[in-house]
Amino acid sequence: MVHSRTARRRWTAAIGLTGVAALALSACAESGRTDDPGAGQVGGTLTFGAAGAPKLFDPFYATDGETFRVARQMYEGLVGFKPGTAEVEPALATDWDSSEDGKTWTFTLKENVKFHDDSAFNAEAVCFNFDRWYNQKGAGQSDAVSQYWLDNFGGFADTPDKPSLYKSCAAKDPKTAVIELNEATSQFPSVLGFTSFSISSPTALKQYDADNVVAAGDSFTYPAYANEHPTGTGPFKFSKFDKANNVVELVRNENYHGSKAKLDKIVFRIIPDETARKQALEAGDIDGYDLPNAADWPGLKEKGFNVAVRPAFNVLYLGINQKNNPKLQDLRVRQALMYAINREQLVKSQLPEGATVATQFMPSTVDGYNKSISEVKYDPEKAKSLLAEAGASDLTLKFFWPTEVTRPYMPSPKDIQAAIAGDLEKAGIKLDVSSKPWNGGYLTDVDQGIPDLFMLGWTGDNGTAHNWIGTFFGRADNRFNTGASPWGAELATELGKASAEPDEDKRRGLYEGLNKKIMEEYLPAVPVSHSPPALVLKSEIKGVVPSPLTDERFGSASKG
Amino acid sequence: MLRYTIRRLIQLVGVVLVLSLLLFAWLRALPGGPVSALLGERSTPESREALTKQLGLDQPIFVQYFKFMGRALSGDFGVSTGVQPGDSALDIFLQRFPATLELSFLAIVIAIAIGIPLGYMAAKRRGGWFDNLSVGGSLLGVAVPVFFLAYVLKDVLSSALGLPTGGRQDAIDATRVTGFFVLDGVITQEWDAALNALEHLILPAMALATIPFAVVFRITRAAVLDVLDEDFVRTAESKGLTAQTIRRRHVLRNAMLPVVTTIGLQTGALLAGAVLTEKVFAFAGVGEALALGFERRDYPVLLLLIIMATVVYVVVNLLVDLSYALIDPRIRTR
Amino acid sequence: MVTPTRKKDRIDKLAESSADAGVSLAASAWRTLRRSPVFLVGATIIGLFVLVSVLSPWLAPHDPSEAMLIDQVIKARNEIPPPQDGHPLGGDLQGRDFLSRLLIGSQQTLIVGVLATLIGLVGGLTLGTLAGAFGGWVDSLVMRVVDVMLSLPSLLLAFSISAMFAKPNQYTVIIAVAVVQIPVFARLLRGSMLAQRHSDHVLAATALGVKPGAIVFRHMLPNSLGPVIVQSTLVLATAIIDAAALSFLGLGNPDDRIPEWGQMLGDVQTVFDTHPQLAFWPAGAIIVVALGFTLMGETLREALDPKSRR
Repeated sequence: MVHSRTARRRWTAAIGLTGVAALALSACAESGRTDDPGAGQVGGTLTFGAAGAPKLFDPFYATDGETFRVARQMYEGLVGFKPGTAEVEPALATDWDSSEDGKTWTFTLKENVKFHDDSAFNAEAVCFNFDRWYNQKGAGQSDAVSQYWLDNFGGFADTPDKPSLYKSCAAKDPKTAVIELNEATSQFPSVLGFTSFSISSPTALKQYDADNVVAAGDSFTYPAYANEHPTGTGPFKFSKFDKANNVVELVRNENYHGSKAKLDKIVFRIIPDETARKQALEAGDIDGYDLPNAADWPGLKEKGFNVAVRPAFNVLYLGINQKNNPKLQDLRVRQALMYAINREQLVKSQLPEGATVATQFMPSTVDGYNKSISEVKYDPEKAKSLLAEAGASDLTLKFFWPTEVTRPYMPSPKDIQAAIAGDLEKAGIKLDVSSKPWNGGYLTDVDQGIPDLFMLGWTGDNGTAHNWIGTFFGRADNRFNTGASPWGAELATELGKASAEPDEDKRRGLYEGLNKKIMEEYLPAVPVSHSPPALVLKSEIKGVVPSPLTDERFGSASKG
Repeated sequence: MLRYTIRRLIQLVGVVLVLSLLLFAWLRALPGGPVSALLGERSTPESREALTKQLGLDQPIFVQYFKFMGRALSGDFGVSTGVQPGDSALDIFLQRFPATLELSFLAIVIAIAIGIPLGYMAAKRRGGWFDNLSVGGSLLGVAVPVFFLAYVLKDVLSSALGLPTGGRQDAIDATRVTGFFVLDGVITQEWDAALNALEHLILPAMALATIPFAVVFRITRAAVLDVLDEDFVRTAESKGLTAQTIRRRHVLRNAMLPVVTTIGLQTGALLAGAVLTEKVFAFAGVGEALALGFERRDYPVLLLLIIMATVVYVVVNLLVDLSYALIDPRIRTR
Repeated sequence: MVTPTRKKDRIDKLAESSADAGVSLAASAWRTLRRSPVFLVGATIIGLFVLVSVLSPWLAPHDPSEAMLIDQVIKARNEIPPPQDGHPLGGDLQGRDFLSRLLIGSQQTLIVGVLATLIGLVGGLTLGTLAGAFGGWVDSLVMRVVDVMLSLPSLLLAFSISAMFAKPNQYTVIIAVAVVQIPVFARLLRGSMLAQRHSDHVLAATALGVKPGAIVFRHMLPNSLGPVIVQSTLVLATAIIDAAALSFLGLGNPDDRIPEWGQMLGDVQTVFDTHPQLAFWPAGAIIVVALGFTLMGETLREALDPKSRR
């Protein structure tokens, strides 16, 4: 037990900064809710406005926020996140313990837990789930289907060329599950708190043919389990998805093992249009919705709604692709781009309250963030002189931006783009600006290196630096084509080394050093901003805590 | 009559085939599409390539088309990637079509209920201020962009009349029978559900009604003017029949013909108008699915819905032609 | 016929009305119009609109694409530049002078309307002339193509066409709005020409040995102009409104450095209720101009329709 405490504390330290910010945040959120968790009124229905329909209800195959939001009310993982933080806390596992080499993890499970179908939760059920994930076949292995497994655990049982982090799972006794990994990773056990890796009822999985994913035409079809019979252990159970009326309904799980949900029902009403969502809230048709437009925050607050702001756990950057224009391989030219953009003004004008200029490619809550990197101030004259020095005064660049999309890090692509383009033009850079629909060619073109400059960003999955700069520059053939410069491959190697470093402190040092190098010696792209997303609720809704990971669970919520 | 109908239907099949091939080829040639929709910003060149191969999108276009047609014959038109990800396109159409039908029906009813009496009165007072005012109003109705009007109605009238701002029905317990929410409420005698659904219909139907209203009004006015000039009305007047009898027996009946055909013609405008109106009111009909499909580049859904819109449009017009022939025997000889 | 026959009838009827339209009709139409207050109102609106669009580069006080008031844009507080000295209408969401954008917008709007109408007209003219002048299999072929195009509701066709361009811009908007007008013009011209083929002046010209090409261009086309002018006027209004609908659906021109009214209106849908002025100005402008074209078109139609002149 002593060991397991250490393990947990270590993790806590690793995400220490996250914790601080999150604490500050939950303190803010506190004002909007009652401190005593037992205080909320029992009963009632919470109607939440969703921007899109959940794709399915099986969290393992989920890839988008709308799907996760519904699933996380019905499911739990072995571990969870403390409300309002990225800090790991016990969930279905009450305790855990790892071996010295970090490859063997022993989880002690909560007892007397039942799935929604009344079958028992135990170590065998846990192993059944892991084996199910690891043994995906055919279409189930697709990037579009098991995306989170592929991103976090690697390959599957029958893909020897693509090794997996996962090795095996054994049920030592009903309340003890032992999971073996092929190598040590800092991602464990926090990764088990992702909604994707929630534990499903083995009985239901078998009964409703859960793994039967089929590639049909140009998409995938999912089995009955994912569509109609999601069965977890969470405080709410699936009731119905009324597709004709675009409404998903969950009801309270009366046999919940923890403190029972106060709400009788949660209804997710799908309202794709943003303005319509806002008006539905104002008219009292819904009790809350996610990602209100920053410009609407003040108005909503004035009308007495609770705008719950999440910590900014994302980054927006101006991507630079060095491939087509050799001038972009000159550090001075890339630096000129950074000096030319008035990021301060952009953050002030176009982004929500609490947004900040990004000094590096990760927010300060990520472990490995380098505090000593100072903010580069807007300096168009310096930009011009840098360009002149590099012999690039007549620079013409292709600048792409996406339409038909908003992202938490990019609330209004058009307005942000206009600001950036205007600044660059003022510095004497000629731009060939064009836009493409997000799903209609933008991402493809960016991946294929067609634009020289592009707008993109990232929302973090967890508090490890690898999830950020590792994703961006961990390979030399990335979106920025850093491989075109001699340092590209070197950076990739160094990132790999840092990620494999088992010692927390050393790893942090490596990442801090890399962040500095990236900003001062490489500058593969220009980090622009971190922008806090929010959700808005009626003031009488208590007990919903905004989470940096958007991991809001309504089990503790109440109406009044 | 029967041969004429059959010929028209065969031609419809031809149009659908040509249209589907054109749409299919063009949509496939576009960048992005299903792969981008499924992978989002997490995509890598490898995962893109793997998925393209897995979905068979790397095969020649005609191979893909024949496969698509093969599946289509068994009712599989592909799976939505953006509107309702994971749902079959056909299901989306079937779920949403009743909604649009309900909405269009109410819009037409409103247009007729206001357009015909107003048109009749304007014609009777030709050249007067009432006539000029209502003609001006109908022209103005056509000049206002539908979606703008929908927003104005939503902002101004929803709070004034206490009507809902969007959706088809509140999340109340309602039994689904036909998919027509108002009708369902009536059938199951769940009156509150029916009323609730009806309340949700009013504002969008009003916005949608402006187009057919303007046309119904103007056609009625023109038709009544024509008829008033005709000999039989003059005869009736000289016979000393009362104004009301003339109106009922002669003028309106003869003026109805062009009005009926006009309403058929308006199906097209209604379908396009529904795309805009349903988007504003988050009304889960075919129009909203089309708007979302355009926005999110959901090619399977777009393909099916555009083809279905064509079929509906052509079939409604065929029905109008047939009913026209039934009402007016003179046409049949043509 | 696959196409809705009534729609075709309507177009054909307009076409027939020109069958014996001669100079005398034009002259008498003009006499009617001059005395019509409705026509004068429409013509005044359009006259002003054209004048403003042409002069807008000189009328606009500022560069419509320069974010000169950006420091007054604070999204976090939902603030945009209010009306102030030098900026009587304030600024837009990107801190650009709103009055300048409205004024310059009139020019783009006129360009969209006129180009779309011209493209529709030239396309329809080519198809309609081919079909109407030659008849026979050419006619059948052309009409089948037109039928396919007419079998889709026109605005929906415009949406679909613009969704099919990989990279939407100003021209894709114009093309989408224009293409849906081609079949209308084609049918109109064909009907008008078919009606003339057996008219006295064409028969006389043929008898005199005038070449078919010359007959088409010197005799038949000029006589079809009446309905074409009427239809063009109405299409100008439709094109402007349709362009706004495209922007509203995210299918319009995403580059807004040079503004256009439909785009200005379609793009501000998320702030309709918080900054209504951003929607009301362009919407009002569109409505007035569309109404102007419609008033002109309708009065022209009546003036040219012999039946209505009683």
